[in-house]
Amino acid sequence: MMTFLRDTRTVFSREFAPARRDPTGLLFEMGQPLLFLFLFGSLLDGAVGSSWQWFVPGILVMMCLTGPMGAGYTLLVELIGGSMERLLVTPLNRTAMLVGRTLKDMLVLLTQTVLIILLALPLGFQLYPVGILLAVAQLVVFGVGLGALSFVLAIKSAPGGTLFYIVSQSILFPLLLLSGVLLPLDTAPGWLRVAGQVNPVTYIVDAQRALFAGDLVNPSVLYGTAAACGVAALGLYLGNRAMRRGV
Amino acid sequence: MIHTRGLTRVFKVKKQSVEAVRGLDLDVEAGQLVAFLGPNGAGKSTTLRMLTTLLPPTSGQAMVAGRDVARDPAGVRARIGYVGQQNGAGENFRVRDELVTQGRCYGLTVRQANARADELLDLLDLKPLAKRLPGTLSGGQRRRLDIALGLIHRPDLLFLDEPSTGLDPKSRADIWRHILRLREAYGTTLVLTTHYLEEADSMAERVVIIDNGRIIADGTAEQLKNDLAGDHISITTTTEQDAARAVALAGGTAEGTTVRVKVPNAAAALPDHLRTLDGSGIKVATAETIRPTLDDVFLTLTGRSLTDDDIPA
Repeated sequence: MMTFLRDTRTVFSREFAPARRDPTGLLFEMGQPLLFLFLFGSLLDGAVGSSWQWFVPGILVMMCLTGPMGAGYTLLVELIGGSMERLLVTPLNRTAMLVGRTLKDMLVLLTQTVLIILLALPLGFQLYPVGILLAVAQLVVFGVGLGALSFVLAIKSAPGGTLFYIVSQSILFPLLLLSGVLLPLDTAPGWLRVAGQVNPVTYIVDAQRALFAGDLVNPSVLYGTAAACGVAALGLYLGNRAMRRGV
Repeated sequence: MIHTRGLTRVFKVKKQSVEAVRGLDLDVEAGQLVAFLGPNGAGKSTTLRMLTTLLPPTSGQAMVAGRDVARDPAGVRARIGYVGQQNGAGENFRVRDELVTQGRCYGLTVRQANARADELLDLLDLKPLAKRLPGTLSGGQRRRLDIALGLIHRPDLLFLDEPSTGLDPKSRADIWRHILRLREAYGTTLVLTTHYLEEADSMAERVVIIDNGRIIADGTAEQLKNDLAGDHISITTTTEQDAARAVALAGGTAEGTTVRVKVPNAAAALPDHLRTLDGSGIKVATAETIRPTLDDVFLTLTGRSLTDDDIPA
């Protein structure tokens, strides 16, 4: 366990060092959701009740999807370049390798969360601190799983990389749209709602909305947590297996 | 240091099985400098990737640095260094940062990793490049960085996959200077792959020739050349008739006015050879001794030249 924590820190520090040395890119990344929030949020105002309460968690889930999927891209570059191979010959803990990489994105997500909330507060956003903490914790677990899955996808698509773009691009938007992140699925036709129900992201989104509304005992919180843990377990299992099988 | 028995790796390519490495038996003792020589696709890199735990063997056994690669890959990893065919340093990371990260990967404390990184920057003449990104380095500099990364934990055994490929002659010589110095200073066991004949010939104490996933020859370059190719005397005569008479008298084969004879020690045999021909009135225009190359060895063994790039599938 100590090794795992130390190695996670090693991987995280490595990933974070370039951003620390030149934070321009990181600042842009962190500011990006604000754009979404204000462009879409204002449009939605009045359409879905208290729109901020509904929209902020949605934006966060969206960020949580795009961040780790982007992490797979940087990994793909390292796989093709040879630095991943170098790291795989070291005794570095394999799970730490998966988790540490995504933690950088999770740190970005955390900052984004704080920023969004600060900006949404004067616009009528209601603050439920415990709910938000739980929501963020859930997103971190979910993000680690997604990061690991994108890692597996990167391994499968090396050395060409085409598969990675095809799959990640064709998965991202259906996952987002079918989860009710941007628009509610309540008025959707039956088949679309069924599709939404098999989408794990839907449960995360519902749970996030409940938590952000301070509704900690809502059953959707339980489903969302289960979905997040399931994705994390699957991602870490497949990621470890992919590394064991050789890259 | 390395003991393998029946080490085999099969790849599935489009539902067909391709045996990249077939039943490799290899023993490398501590302190040796071994070169795997063979054409592209011979299985050199696949062997190295199995020995360094990057690729699980399909069957067979391999003990590396006293640990089993299949049962205790982490144990193997802690004891070996690896310099891959490609660049080990990530493009987004500064030279020194990558060295420190590498140290941390092997369990050094932050302080130890920093100290060791500086030591290696110094040792491999990389100090002025510490804050640069790998993309801004020359090929030779990048290779030195790769070697520094492989040495961070002072491994007893270092694998190098084509360490000098793609470098200009000066950088190649430079890389070798570092590799040999390292060996002298620490007695590191070195296992490397190369497809440069001269390199295997001049640098390695032991050459393992691999072709089609099998070891086809194993020994010092001298042994291999003497046993499997041998010296030649080559003379040219003024007329083709003389060439034919020379063959009748002292053996060998003629090609135009050139006659080649295989002998155990060409330099010692040449004077006698010339006296014999001269005694029979054959006019010899030029005479030279030819030492075999490892390519001749490969040619004798496989009927192909190592410099031919087409490999049978």
